[in-house]
Amino acid sequence: MKKILYLFLFVNASSIMIAKTVYDPIATLVAVGPMGEGNEAAAKAWPKAAALGAEALPDLLAAMDKASGIGQNWLRAAVDTIVQRTLKEGKKLPTEELNDFLANTKHIPASRRLAFELIQKASPKRAAKLVPGFIDDPAPELRRDAVALIIEKAIGESNEDSACSLYEKALAAARDVDQIELTAKALREKNRVVDLPKIMGFLMRWKVIGPFDNTDRKGFNVPYPPEKKIDFSATYDGKNDKVKWTDFSTSDQFGKVDINLEYGELKQVVAYAHNTFQLSEARELQFRLGCKNAWKVWLNGELLFARDEYHRGQRIDQYVFSAKLKKGKNEILVKFCQNEQEQSWTKQWEFQMRLTDASGTAVLAGNRLPTPKAPATKR
Amino acid sequence: MKNLFTIYIILILTLSLANADWTSFRGSAGNGFGNEPGLPTKLDGNKSIAWKVELPGRGLSSPVVVGNKIFLTASSGPRQERLHVIAVNAKDGETLWERQFQSTGRTVCHKKTCVAAPTAVSDGKVVVAQFSSNDVFCLDLDGNLKWLRGLTLDYPNAANSLGMSSSPVIADGVFVTQVENDADSFSAGLDLGTGKTLWRKSRPKGANWTSPTVLKGAKGEELAVLQSGKGLLVVEPKTGKDRWNYAEGASTIPSTTVMGSSLFIPSNGLTAVKSREDGRSHTQLWRANKLAPGTASPVVSGNRIYVLNKANVLTSANPSNGELGWRLRLKGPFSGSPVANKTHFYVFSENGLGQVVNLTGDEGKVVSTVDLKETILCTPAISGNALYIRSDAHLWKFGG
Repeated sequence: MKKILYLFLFVNASSIMIAKTVYDPIATLVAVGPMGEGNEAAAKAWPKAAALGAEALPDLLAAMDKASGIGQNWLRAAVDTIVQRTLKEGKKLPTEELNDFLANTKHIPASRRLAFELIQKASPKRAAKLVPGFIDDPAPELRRDAVALIIEKAIGESNEDSACSLYEKALAAARDVDQIELTAKALREKNRVVDLPKIMGFLMRWKVIGPFDNTDRKGFNVPYPPEKKIDFSATYDGKNDKVKWTDFSTSDQFGKVDINLEYGELKQVVAYAHNTFQLSEARELQFRLGCKNAWKVWLNGELLFARDEYHRGQRIDQYVFSAKLKKGKNEILVKFCQNEQEQSWTKQWEFQMRLTDASGTAVLAGNRLPTPKAPATKR
Repeated sequence: MKNLFTIYIILILTLSLANADWTSFRGSAGNGFGNEPGLPTKLDGNKSIAWKVELPGRGLSSPVVVGNKIFLTASSGPRQERLHVIAVNAKDGETLWERQFQSTGRTVCHKKTCVAAPTAVSDGKVVVAQFSSNDVFCLDLDGNLKWLRGLTLDYPNAANSLGMSSSPVIADGVFVTQVENDADSFSAGLDLGTGKTLWRKSRPKGANWTSPTVLKGAKGEELAVLQSGKGLLVVEPKTGKDRWNYAEGASTIPSTTVMGSSLFIPSNGLTAVKSREDGRSHTQLWRANKLAPGTASPVVSGNRIYVLNKANVLTSANPSNGELGWRLRLKGPFSGSPVANKTHFYVFSENGLGQVVNLTGDEGKVVSTVDLKETILCTPAISGNALYIRSDAHLWKFGG
């Protein structure tokens, strides 16, 4: 009886140890957060996670779903180490399990992409066969590969209608700016109409007000009246004269709101742009902003982000930040500032904004009007 | 006794054969000089290339070398969000290990540069890689992850839309980084063992692509030298406390070069200052407005300092008084900085043209060139009588 008890205790202790070896290190890596919190515990747990066999790869990938970007990187390093060791030892990766993992779109895009790359390492041919199926995948990096395949086919297609059909398919699926630009350009060269602002979801119609003062770049932190209250009928003291809200629309293919068109090429000034974005239901969306001027963005009166940087370049989707929009009307306010620099490359006083879901798919407002054919300004 | 003697001889031989490590941007001393007398003086495209290997991504970062391992960073993917840290065997170019991470900070940058712009740094036991996204990864030499940080995740406005490129240093056991930009500009000291923030101090707001350097005090203590548009600030690595400040402005592109207790600052041309013995103040030695560096940082070799200006003219100068010596026009443009041993100077143009200048004569003379036919924006590394250089696609080893 005593021996059985010892055996029972031994078996249980072993189970606990095994359980701890398999699961605790992974949980410790998942728990690492910003400011280096959890790094020391992770440093102790990581060798244990990295020492796991290849069969643990799906567990490590699944753990990425719960981890922050920092925790995901701890897990990635463990995955790399396991894969490198497994292949060096001439052993196989668990491709079936990885395939199942990849097929489950409930996992986050990052972990599914990594699963795909492991399949690529284990069996490039098998991975290649999977790619066309990614055309509507929620993971942008997987979808990109499928879009690239279609573009490749389109480039090699001699029949113009067939090529256009392929480009249209690629454009509909593309979420990356470079692929969207490439396909739209190809279609336009073949005289096809492409409503790029709508496809990408750029906000084209705004109410604007300015210029307010930004001498010595101080205006960035001055809460001018539009930051306190939106009143389209009001008139305020601007930098030089009284200012009031006016309608402004852009026809730029990438939604650039070039406020120089409204106020002239001014220096040391601030402008505001307001957009009412209507949704049929509340949802979290990504704000995607490009701006080479200092800027602030508010949603329904709440400051989302601010950046005090001038003329260091502008890109579509330069800044991506998420926010929860409510059902009905949402008020988006953008403050964008021009500084004192006089070089030719500092003339721009503009921004471009679009709203998307997490995969980069454009989300259009319920109250969106047709894309303007030409810019509408007061000048 | 005989055994002891044998051990002694083996030790001497081992030490003499051991590679001198090249542990950071512009070498372990941060001045571009490597005491490697056997470097190849002819960079022949066929004969002197020991090996050439493909890289998994783009990069401007330089290789660092510890023993027989070369550590390098790269970035890949449509938005350059995939960050690579690679270890390569110096002997044959074989990849020893590779770790891939995902950026947690912004990866937007000017198309000329890329996310793998800062050079990694090592203390001989760990290698710490930083990227333009301000992700920092500390691994041991076998690729085991020790800690990591996402400094833009921690401080969301710490970014430069043109890209960041400052290469960190290790001083007094502390990882010192300059995350200096227009919006949330700071420098920080992170514990090398744990990645914990030991100190973080606000720095002048403004884009800054220069790299910190390490200055050794009279008692051998290490101090971190931080350069910005405002000038130079010397701080204690463990606390971030100021030691002394040079406030007469400095460039935000080429970095300060250290030679003993002298610092050659890209400021008002080139300004030489000497750190006083107490390590708490400095004296200006000279200023030469004709010695303004272009993008490349100055390099020291023997008793000379060499400066490559915006017009691609290399000037030799006396570091004790700033007196100009010979001048030699090279084929630019240059983004990477030069390196040198006691007899030769090595630099690669943006067009991939490697140029070797003999420094031993009365005049500098280009004695060899090699066209790698790829864009080269990085600074070479020299170790074990070999020279290493990388492009966006390849890493080459010359000599060794």
